[in-house]
Amino acid sequence: MKNPLESLSGTILMGLIILVVMVVVVEAIGSGGAI
Amino acid sequence: MDYLDYDWLVFLFRYFHVLSGVMWIGLLWYFNFVQIPTMPKIPEEQRPAVTGHIAPEVLFWFRWAALSTVVTGLILAWMNGYLVDALAIGLTDGSSRSAAIGIGMWFGLIMAYNVWFIIWPKQQIALGLVEADASLKPAAGRTAMLFSRTNTMLSVPMLYAMVSAQNIY
Repeated sequence: MKNPLESLSGTILMGLIILVVMVVVVEAIGSGGAI
Repeated sequence: MDYLDYDWLVFLFRYFHVLSGVMWIGLLWYFNFVQIPTMPKIPEEQRPAVTGHIAPEVLFWFRWAALSTVVTGLILAWMNGYLVDALAIGLTDGSSRSAAIGIGMWFGLIMAYNVWFIIWPKQQIALGLVEADASLKPAAGRTAMLFSRTNTMLSVPMLYAMVSAQNIY
């Protein structure tokens, strides 16, 4: 599989995926584990 | 508004934090959105203008802005009293705000580490700013590029974390 960091679009896409995971984690921590 | 009181000093550090951060991420995006994609299109005889003159200047402001962003950010978090809760990504106080600012801080710290300990040393080799075997230059340039891309990737959630902590949590 191609490294997504080889392209700028892949880099931004990976950043957006991390962003979504991060928001879920932030909400989970704020609600004491219950999303 | 009272000037020179504690709240104003907090604001002053926030202002310098944002000022430094704009320069850092602005130059990071210059590398990734402008310079790296454009270099292959530049005629070979013109490339030394970028590698010999523009890139070293960009790297100077880039790395010192990164350090300034981290230092002013850590002072800001300490002045606001959430440094420990943020570094613990909110697991100590159970707040989304600490989680958001904390994850943003860790992304920022990782990015600043990449700037100072990977991108800058590798770019010094790639651009010929230090003595190094010519055969090492392509690999050094590629490593610097991939870590620059890593930082661009992390800048997307990092900025969301920073701004969301201020505005929606």
